[in-house]
Amino acid sequence: MLIGELGAAELRRRLCGGGLGLRLSPFTVRLYSRFRALASAMAHMYADFPLADGAFADFSITIRSRRWWKPQAVFELDGQRPFWPLPADQAYPMFEWGLNWCIANHVQDYLILHAAVLERDGGALILPGPSGAGKSTLTAGLALSGWRLLSDELTLLRLEDGRVQGLARPVSLKNESIDLVRRLAPHAVLSPASHNTAKGTVRLLAPPASAVARLAELATPRWLVVPQFEPGEETRLQPLGRTYAFMSAAQSAFNYAELGVTGFELLADTVARCAPYSLIIGSLDQALMVLDELTATAVTEANAS
Amino acid sequence: MRRRSRPLLIRVLMQPSYMARLRDGEWDLLVQQARASGLLGRLDWLARQLGPDAQLPAAPRAHLRWAARRAECCHRETRYEITRLRQALRRANVPLVLLKGAAYVHAGLDTVHGRFFEDVDIIVPRHCLAAVESALMLAGWAPTHLDAYDQRYYREWMHELPPMEHHQRGTTVDVHHNILPLSGRLRPSATLLLRGVVPWPEAGMEDVYTLSPPDMVLHSATHLFHDGELTYGLRDLSDLDLLLRQLSADPAFWDTLVERADQLMLGRPLFYAITCLVSLLDTPVPLAVRRRVEAFAPPPLQRGLMLALLQRGLRPQHPSCNGWDVRVARFALYVRSHWLKMPPLRLIRHLLRKAMVREMATPAPR
Repeated sequence: MLIGELGAAELRRRLCGGGLGLRLSPFTVRLYSRFRALASAMAHMYADFPLADGAFADFSITIRSRRWWKPQAVFELDGQRPFWPLPADQAYPMFEWGLNWCIANHVQDYLILHAAVLERDGGALILPGPSGAGKSTLTAGLALSGWRLLSDELTLLRLEDGRVQGLARPVSLKNESIDLVRRLAPHAVLSPASHNTAKGTVRLLAPPASAVARLAELATPRWLVVPQFEPGEETRLQPLGRTYAFMSAAQSAFNYAELGVTGFELLADTVARCAPYSLIIGSLDQALMVLDELTATAVTEANAS
Repeated sequence: MRRRSRPLLIRVLMQPSYMARLRDGEWDLLVQQARASGLLGRLDWLARQLGPDAQLPAAPRAHLRWAARRAECCHRETRYEITRLRQALRRANVPLVLLKGAAYVHAGLDTVHGRFFEDVDIIVPRHCLAAVESALMLAGWAPTHLDAYDQRYYREWMHELPPMEHHQRGTTVDVHHNILPLSGRLRPSATLLLRGVVPWPEAGMEDVYTLSPPDMVLHSATHLFHDGELTYGLRDLSDLDLLLRQLSADPAFWDTLVERADQLMLGRPLFYAITCLVSLLDTPVPLAVRRRVEAFAPPPLQRGLMLALLQRGLRPQHPSCNGWDVRVARFALYVRSHWLKMPPLRLIRHLLRKAMVREMATPAPR
């Protein structure tokens, strides 16, 4: 059964009671919360995800409300509070950020990069980069124009074969990129706006149903593109030295040190397998075109050889 | 404590084979309790000892493995830090004596399994502090806690320098000259401790030392039952459990332990440690030793109260174990640990200051 088929009342009953089990393959999450806004955001953002019925969950998360006056949201994992509370209207983004933290700080079966990743013809396009580089905007643009969304924040490379396991969770849009994506896809489902967050105004874009349905399909890393938003600049791709690409990917990894030699070899293989580029993004439309061209050529070449 | 009411995590620590019989719902609770208590990685080690036949379910088992992997990474980094500290102290002509986690890692004790350590602790003779501090600064460690109150707190009242952080690696070293504060109620002799240090030639560096095995146990017990906070109390108790199980293989160990406790005036913490280990974790302690540590017990009323507080305060850090009595016990033990650290007026001033400065210590999620 899917979250979207649950109905608002039942969904909230679970959130307030025994917990809402989410199968966010490859992980299961159990969520507790009394926030109505969070319940409605979950219904829209996770509509196409299956319910998890098992008694074991990887992460049991509570978004607790605090104070009557200027209410706040508190994130709890196993009753521990790793973060300061946020204003109540950030309850839903807090769940997303907190879950990213849970995965990035605990899971060791994957090399985890702070990078967006999308798939086309079985090949994965990895977009590493810090917040603010334009990663999410580009990801949303690609996910709405034919690419399959694998992940917006966390790229999971399987230790056994270096292939990418998707998460297809909602894409976090900030400030101007919200309108940009709205123009690109007027019917896209967005969560209500949270204002004055650490990143400005935030809305999340629901993942396309097809991306969620195809979560079991892994992708092979094929392109590594480091994006940088430079409004007004000419949009262009520049080949990137492999050493530099390796170092920036290693720096963006959450568990590079933990994995030791395994992590080093996996990352070296991944970079060797990819064509590394940097992408200066003057405008989103042009960037989408440039990436389309790059990946189409590569596919033709691959087919020819 | 009645067996029925024992928290799941404590039952598993007492009898690891119990893991093979858990149902999914119990695994759910166990992983939560262990993660919150800092014991997930320890469970991985216990699970590995059950052998492959135990057939533990894959999903919860992975969490144990992941935590162990993080701990191993921390041990690698600790071993590297030890080589750097050794080089730095050589310049000051002071031998490197490791304490706590770094000592366990260096000595390769069972206690390291699945255990995560924040920083490296070392002990040096008090008259060498200045030389050690400048040698560390030359090697890249910079003092932190620079405001006047913190400086005074550490340098005049505590048993250590303010933590020093390496400017490139971001690692922290705590330089001690004793194992308890100067302003505290118990003042073990640092000279006696330093006279007993031992090298671990198997570890490859003959000039790196730790406290002697009985002193390591006493230090750990003192930290948990005298001046420390109970945030990870159960984890620290499990550390002691593994230390005793391993080190007592030496036939002279128990006798030396009790004698050293007497010499160093650390009998009281040893009494609490042995009593709690036996009642909470079923640690095998010979009856004769249990009788001998009774000599260090406080008067009956205080004994009863303290043991009642500790039974509660040492439960797993998880909502499933946090009744009001547990919260009261933890608070009482927190106040006690500070009470033992400094005189009352200074304590009030210190706690007020801590309460006001606590803001902005926890990060926001990204």
